[in-house]
Amino acid sequence: MERSSSLEKAIRGILITAVLLFFLFPIFWIFLMSFQTNEDILRIPPSLFFEPTLQNYSALLTGKLETAAGSLDIAFMRNLGNSLLLSTFSVLLSLALGVPAAYAFARFKFRLGENIAFTLLSFRFAPPLLVLLPLSLFFKQLGLTDTYIGLIWVYQLICLPLILWIVRGYFEDISPDIENAYRIAGHSWWRTFRRIAIPLARPGIAAAGLLAFIFAWNNFIFALILASASKQPVTVGALAFVTASGIQYGQIAAAIVLSVTPTLLLALYAQRYLVEGLSLGAVKG
Amino acid sequence: MGRRPDSHGSPPFFPSFQPNAMTFLDLVRTHMTVAAHPNRPRRLTMRRFLPYLLSLPALLVCIGILIPFFTAVYYSTLRFRLNLPMMKGFIWVDNYISFLTDAAFWNTVQVSLVYALVTVTGELLLGLGIALLLVRPTKINNAASIMLLLPLMTAPALAALMWKLMTNPNFGILSYLVSQLGFDNFNWASDPSSALFTVVLVDVWVYTPFIMILLLAGLRSLPKQPFEAAALDGVPRSFVFFRITLPMLMPYIITASLFRLLDSMQQFDIVYSMTQGGPGDTLMVFQVQAYLEFFQYTNVGRSAALLIVLWAITYALSNIFIKHWLKLRERAHGPA
Repeated sequence: MERSSSLEKAIRGILITAVLLFFLFPIFWIFLMSFQTNEDILRIPPSLFFEPTLQNYSALLTGKLETAAGSLDIAFMRNLGNSLLLSTFSVLLSLALGVPAAYAFARFKFRLGENIAFTLLSFRFAPPLLVLLPLSLFFKQLGLTDTYIGLIWVYQLICLPLILWIVRGYFEDISPDIENAYRIAGHSWWRTFRRIAIPLARPGIAAAGLLAFIFAWNNFIFALILASASKQPVTVGALAFVTASGIQYGQIAAAIVLSVTPTLLLALYAQRYLVEGLSLGAVKG
Repeated sequence: MGRRPDSHGSPPFFPSFQPNAMTFLDLVRTHMTVAAHPNRPRRLTMRRFLPYLLSLPALLVCIGILIPFFTAVYYSTLRFRLNLPMMKGFIWVDNYISFLTDAAFWNTVQVSLVYALVTVTGELLLGLGIALLLVRPTKINNAASIMLLLPLMTAPALAALMWKLMTNPNFGILSYLVSQLGFDNFNWASDPSSALFTVVLVDVWVYTPFIMILLLAGLRSLPKQPFEAAALDGVPRSFVFFRITLPMLMPYIITASLFRLLDSMQQFDIVYSMTQGGPGDTLMVFQVQAYLEFFQYTNVGRSAALLIVLWAITYALSNIFIKHWLKLRERAHGPA
């Protein structure tokens, strides 16, 4: 494996550049578009050189979009706020439900435990619409249609399996001896869990939480079906945007940039844990 | 106390701190300690119910989700249209039987299968290639593998919008580049002949990094000895790849591909954002078809039956997947 000639190095370099170009160019190009006026965007041939403008972003911030047919009110900032609220509270609820359960599955062998763990895992792979369509009818009856609570509950379908299986792996990697010793020294179970188990598994819990946040943020289908217009996150809001007639293309690009930036930054920050998280704890990075 | 207790003469309140397992003696001692405790009956019941108590909330969420699932099964046996509530009635498996002679249903099956197979094959080959390219943990390679995660962390629905802007016939950069190459009437997602290609391209853009990063982690975790021995013996590289690398990497390849296959069979976000299943019915995958059946034609029974068929397929696949996934997991964490 050590005999790499300079020719081979060159070929490798070219291939890596090509791969990076394919995977990063779309993000780069949309980023550029978000700083262009409609005239810049429609110019042929397309050019990398233009006078950057912030008007797309300022239009989004004020919620007043200039279109060919006049000014249009689109509450994109509200979508952004909804995304933040839905993802944050879904993850917090999921951690509250999932971390104790993960601990139980890692430390105690009990029948029901494996059943719950695998049922949740199989939910991860069931068609989401199968659950969402009946829910859309139930939500009307239960009065949950126009609430955040209903959505946060359903978002557990995304967050809970992820948190449960990743955190369970982390608990299993920690030897129970320390906890046993602390227990025998006379401390209650709850205290042991809080003072010993959770601090030791903290990196895993944080990683699982970050990933669950990213997946909740990126989700589209749940909110498309269950969220009313005022509760929609960015993924659904941006689509409505594109279909609204006469909107300037730069504003669509700016909306996309604002919508993807939070998850991309989080992903870069949490990249060390991504492998483990994406495989639901089956592969370590 | 600070000293490591000797396994024979340790004080009764302290189990020995052996890194691996408690000895039998320790276990006996632990039980004796608990038995000697005044609160013994309460503690023992507590200990028995604790795991159930801890997992109860997760269990309740499970049940909450199982209810709509069973409702969907029930709906699939009904003649149930939202716009014709009077017609609602039990019809057993007629929804399913009508599928057998329904061209739209077979089109959905075919489109979903083709979509899943093409995307997973493409992503597997590309992902494996990139993982092999980046396998040496140099600074550049590590930076590249991190940058490649960005498409994967972009919401698929938004990724579809990005590509929609880039393939717009008026100003899209890709439309421009393709026309410079001499294809004047290449209409990307709006032409039935290229719609599947375009959507698959977006799927490949988003999900190849998923396979790449799992295989990269797999490649880097392989033992070094077989490769050193092969290098020492001057074994040709193709032989090393097909007879050592590939077989050793197989558990990772199988898990990653099944993972993607399961998700890809159920693709919705990209197809819906890009074309809503069109043009015509070229991209009517299961979930998009079921969505339109429900919201556009308000035919709840038929929509539910379609989803149950999809569920049956993914359930069979997910059982195979979980078997392989557990094997890999055992490697990382020990048996569950």
